[in-house]
Amino acid sequence: MIPLSHVLMLSGILFSLSVAGIFINRRNVLLLLMCIELMLLSVNFNFIAFAYYLDDLAGQVFVFFILTVAAAEAAIGLAILVVLFRKRRSIDVDDLDALRG
Amino acid sequence: MIVNILFYVFAAMLVASAVGVITARNPVHCALLLVFAFVNSAVIWLLFEAEFLAVTLVVVYVGAVMVLWLFVVMMLNIDVEQIRRGFTRYAPLGVLISLLVVVEIAAVEWARHLGLDPVMAPVPKPQGYSNTAELGHLLYTQYLFPFEVAAVILLVAIVAAITLTMRRRPGHKVQNVRRQVAVRAKDRVRIVKMDAEEGQ
Repeated sequence: MIPLSHVLMLSGILFSLSVAGIFINRRNVLLLLMCIELMLLSVNFNFIAFAYYLDDLAGQVFVFFILTVAAAEAAIGLAILVVLFRKRRSIDVDDLDALRG
Repeated sequence: MIVNILFYVFAAMLVASAVGVITARNPVHCALLLVFAFVNSAVIWLLFEAEFLAVTLVVVYVGAVMVLWLFVVMMLNIDVEQIRRGFTRYAPLGVLISLLVVVEIAAVEWARHLGLDPVMAPVPKPQGYSNTAELGHLLYTQYLFPFEVAAVILLVAIVAAITLTMRRRPGHKVQNVRRQVAVRAKDRVRIVKMDAEEGQ
């Protein structure tokens, strides 16, 4: 069977890749949101693996809720993005300085 | 054994598609690679006996959220080259931080093994065991309140997304619901009584 540490490493690699993605794509809000989705996916891996190895379904219930919140986040994030693009004609993070003092 | 091979193959494809997501130049390619990553993770979740969640991931994420995503990407029509201007400036810092995260997690896991590796394979589930039924049983008993809260969160998301993106143009013709409801038959229909006329 697959050792638990290998699953945790996989999720760690996925998480760090999405952290790197946030740094690399830090100008584009759309790609930032995609990196956040990837991050949530890697967290779900941990829950699924522990639910399997500890034989406890509570982990899977938690993944269920994470998926719900991630879907809500994606919908609201994309709505904000569309409004932003309508107002500014760009989704560059550097253009978002309306709150700068 | 075959489970191990499948796990490593799909994990490799998952990591490759994640690298693609963060480096692809075209946002449409990013979204499609993210779909591929989600499908690979669903397969890996199947290996860990999370059947219901694997199917949910494909149906809800690949089927609904990523399609929404592709719609937005194509609607916005972003200038790709302009986005990538800051690519090289922040790439070293990003790679450094992600390597740090990997090293930290690896160190902790190899040092402690979390006391779980001796357990290795959990007992296989008996025939007729249904992951969906068990999960549903938990959701509707022990986790009923969080389940309701999740439903409310989805409702809030719907309302928020619609109110944010609804556009009111000047000169836009809409119904006045209040007047429509308040209308009475005598406002609209006039019954005229008249005598029958003589034929010619």
